[in-house]
Amino acid sequence: MKVLVAVKRVIDYNVKIRVKPDHSDVDLTNVKMAMNPFCEIAVEEAVRLKEKGVATEIVAVTVGPKAAQEQLRTALALGADRAIHIETDERVESLAVAKLLKAVVDEEQPDLVILGKQAIDTDNNQTGQMLAALSGMGQGTFASEVAFGDGVEDGYVRVTREIDGGLQSVALKLPAVVTTDLRLNEPRYAKLPDIMKAKKKPLDSRTPEALGVAVSSGLELLKVETPAERKGGVKVGSVDELIDKLKNEAKVL
Amino acid sequence: MSILVLAEHHEGRLSAGTAHVVGAARAIGGDIDILVAGEHVAAIAEAAAKLDGVSRVRVADDAAYAHQLAEPLADLLVQLAGDYSHVLAAASTDGKNVLPRVAALKDVSQISEILSVESADTFKRPIYAGNAIATVQSSDPLKVITVRTTAFDPVSEGGAATIEPVDAVVSNALSRFIGEELAQNERPELGGARVVISGGRGMGNGDNFKLLDGIADKLGAAIGASRAAVDAGFVPNDMQVGQTGKIVAPELYIAVGISGAIQHLAGMKDSKVIVAINKDDEAPIFQVADYGLVGDLFEILPELEQKL
Repeated sequence: MKVLVAVKRVIDYNVKIRVKPDHSDVDLTNVKMAMNPFCEIAVEEAVRLKEKGVATEIVAVTVGPKAAQEQLRTALALGADRAIHIETDERVESLAVAKLLKAVVDEEQPDLVILGKQAIDTDNNQTGQMLAALSGMGQGTFASEVAFGDGVEDGYVRVTREIDGGLQSVALKLPAVVTTDLRLNEPRYAKLPDIMKAKKKPLDSRTPEALGVAVSSGLELLKVETPAERKGGVKVGSVDELIDKLKNEAKVL
Repeated sequence: MSILVLAEHHEGRLSAGTAHVVGAARAIGGDIDILVAGEHVAAIAEAAAKLDGVSRVRVADDAAYAHQLAEPLADLLVQLAGDYSHVLAAASTDGKNVLPRVAALKDVSQISEILSVESADTFKRPIYAGNAIATVQSSDPLKVITVRTTAFDPVSEGGAATIEPVDAVVSNALSRFIGEELAQNERPELGGARVVISGGRGMGNGDNFKLLDGIADKLGAAIGASRAAVDAGFVPNDMQVGQTGKIVAPELYIAVGISGAIQHLAGMKDSKVIVAINKDDEAPIFQVADYGLVGDLFEILPELEQKL
């Protein structure tokens, strides 16, 4: 079974963001970048499927600038077999990313596509669902478990989904799209020898034009602002004083 | 303009979030219809018809829509979307599951989790876990939008919309419902709780999280945790509040033994009132807390539980 994993280069989740003075966007100059945490979980799940003998080949794909190849190399170091870089310097909205990924799906014909449920920069939570729709596939979003054979027939995958208030299990006909939630697994770190080996694994570069996809969007980013700062309040001296303030001042008890 | 709101419902009841989404629809302006899709949903449709400002409730009552699977629900919405300028749903796990699918099938962008309506085509939404607010404008003929329900006031009841069946038929060979496991505890869910009490690395170990139980019981609170507490193995990941976990905005948030890393603040800073309990009076959490109490949480928590 072939697994396609999509990853995104984003700001490292530990970095405090700055909005550009002209409010055009968030300033990413000289900021530490990393693989989106939910994408790390996606790569880890693909690698575990290969370790279990379910997956035979893992192809990692990303859409982004030249530097996004770093994240593909990380995916390769973690266990992906080869990588595809769709290179563009433009801001690409979810729908265009989904169209680009669909073009890769059409070429590669994977049995399963795994993506993070959302990227921690734009927080859209859309690309997996859109890719599933465009490719005519079923979708298992916010997955906390992905299983084969376990209660489902051949040609299907069972996905346990994190939904508000609990868990839902669905059977999806393959090929299908899965998006990862936090509990799915705990990603491993790449080992140094694997990082060295990853440099020799194949990485194929493509462009949106070559894939026949226009990356323009009906959505324009007009302005980015810093939210109103929260001001620190007072320190209280005792539990009694805290309860009194919450009851009589904040009126939340 | 005409707006279709996808009703959210669970176990035979209309979810509270739907009235907030109708609130967002009123801020956009125009005729508002609600779609209730599911199996045996007559009572839900009646509840939806009472929401103020709704002209028509369209009811798709069919086994295909039971369990709100994204594939048939998106196909249904695509069939109906031609009548509307906007399609709205709550930014819940159901709404986030189905609306991007609808947008892609209609070849338009989707706008996620709006916080405010600037005009019929311009909206504010959080990015970078709420550490920045983006204003976005859509030139698409159809606006497909999920709504952060806590950002909009709910409409009241007192309306009397007409209820009409929808005859659309969809088939679904892509997905099948297997089962559902809904949390049976009496505690509210993190995302929707009025009060949240969270523990951090300062709790010391997983057992000590029991110290939060009694307080949570008395306040009707949900229990959360910082990423540090999750990474230390104290509690499971689904309790995590923060940029890589759940984003919460309760009326009262109590942070216990949490230093206040950026990634945690991103998940709770929109709470109305924040209380911090920490032994380190330099902890960054105090910079965002309305009320800070410096001290040993192992003494403070039992006292707080007793006195509440």
